[in-house]
Amino acid sequence: MANPKTGPLLRVEGLRKAFDQRVVLRDVGFTVERGSIYTVLGPSGAGKSVLLKCLAGVEQPDGGTVLFESQPLDFRNRAMRESFRRRCSFLFQGNALFDSLTARQNVALPLEQTTPLSRGEINRRAMEALRQLELADHADRFPGMLSGGMQKRLALARAIVTHPEMVFFDEPTAGLDPLRRNAVFAMIAKYQAVFGFTALIVTHDVVEALAASSVVALLHQGEICFAGRPEEFAASGHPVVQSFRDSPAALRSTLDAMRKGGALTEEKE
Amino acid sequence: MVAALGNYTIERVRGLGGFALFIARSLGAVLSTRRLPARIGRAVYEQGFRCLPVILIVGMFTGLVLGLQGYYVLNRFGSEGLLGALVSLSLVREMAPVLAALMLVGQAGSALAAELGIQRNSEQIVALDTMGIDSHGYLVAPRLLAALFVFPAQTALFVAVGLWGGSLSGSLLLGVDPGIYWSSVHRAVESEDVRECLIKALTFGALTIGICAYQGFHAHRIRRATGARAVSAATTKAVVISSIAVLAADYIITSFLV
Repeated sequence: MANPKTGPLLRVEGLRKAFDQRVVLRDVGFTVERGSIYTVLGPSGAGKSVLLKCLAGVEQPDGGTVLFESQPLDFRNRAMRESFRRRCSFLFQGNALFDSLTARQNVALPLEQTTPLSRGEINRRAMEALRQLELADHADRFPGMLSGGMQKRLALARAIVTHPEMVFFDEPTAGLDPLRRNAVFAMIAKYQAVFGFTALIVTHDVVEALAASSVVALLHQGEICFAGRPEEFAASGHPVVQSFRDSPAALRSTLDAMRKGGALTEEKE
Repeated sequence: MVAALGNYTIERVRGLGGFALFIARSLGAVLSTRRLPARIGRAVYEQGFRCLPVILIVGMFTGLVLGLQGYYVLNRFGSEGLLGALVSLSLVREMAPVLAALMLVGQAGSALAAELGIQRNSEQIVALDTMGIDSHGYLVAPRLLAALFVFPAQTALFVAVGLWGGSLSGSLLLGVDPGIYWSSVHRAVESEDVRECLIKALTFGALTIGICAYQGFHAHRIRRATGARAVSAATTKAVVISSIAVLAADYIITSFLV
């Protein structure tokens, strides 16, 4: 058996999940090394968010095993569930910030509710997290008063304030423009280096994921069809990887062909 | 037809079971929820303080109308001196607990269902669970405990304002001696009546806030509706079911206690 402190942090084997008759995850398996940024790519509707929710215990998988530090996770076991949640954080696609709480109160919430720390210590740690994410000047503002990028950083501050070993990122760049997408991935890479947590990201942004990740995997039809370093992904001849990676080029050639055939010109007329 | 009826019955029973488990889980989380008194205080403010104007207004008008109607009925029999008894017993036994509960459902209950529905929609409830915070203990338990204080307090306030409204109608407008009115109130209301009033207020509080919290918390389970429509449907359902539950519980409690 691998040493829990030196072996992989998270290992997924044969994970399955279906909703009624619709199979979302067929046989998902991968390994996340400690201190890495592991990104699961896949088109919208591929089941990436479901995968993340199964790993975080929000959804109950139909089968398969999730090993955290070589220990199989059973979310029905309360002690195990609480221990796992103390050590991991989850950053939601829509941030899931509490709009009736200020930025400081949002960040302080997990400390207030899950630790016996004094009010002063909780406040100090919350402010420290806000300072590290350059939000100290906005501590008393409500999330609705912050920009989209600030809200993302606030959600990250709340995720890291408990010093988790692993952070799950669910589509952290959904709905953002290219510049903000870059900024979010840069933020994840920067704070991952600062705090040393292991990151598991699900996204469909290929370019940014390849630049920021240690390992990239591709989820296709409920299975991981590729997993490797970004440069391996960039050079892979796997047909699914190629079609996903080269989709902008494919779009360009389709449009060129349509222009040559006159389809676009006719439509314009 | 039989199969449809059977499925409907099974679904209702399952819903009742789900509701009972929801309440049990929320109350069970009381001991493990940190900083609960502060959360209860906030819930008391939301349910109680914000509903004060509506309780005062409705209580006053109920008392005024009871005073008027009661006076003209009693006047036929030359018993205007019993106006205080009629107003007080009507308020304490029936009208105050029922009307105060219905007002609280309309204001605090609907707000609670909508707030929890939006929190469900924006994944705030799931976020609590992933942070290791019991969402039942954090969001529902304080509201339930606050209701056990707020409903009796608001009912008592409703009675007080209603009695005053009755005396305004009877004494100021219709000429009943104020001394006779208030002594009739004192003679009529017994500890049994107050006990019945308290039991009703406590039951209505737990029932309605429980139902509103349950509907909002499970807004994602509303059929054929998502997003804002699901929140709206959950809120409507919460208010309708709570209102019916108040009237049904009132009948059951009255039939056992009278």
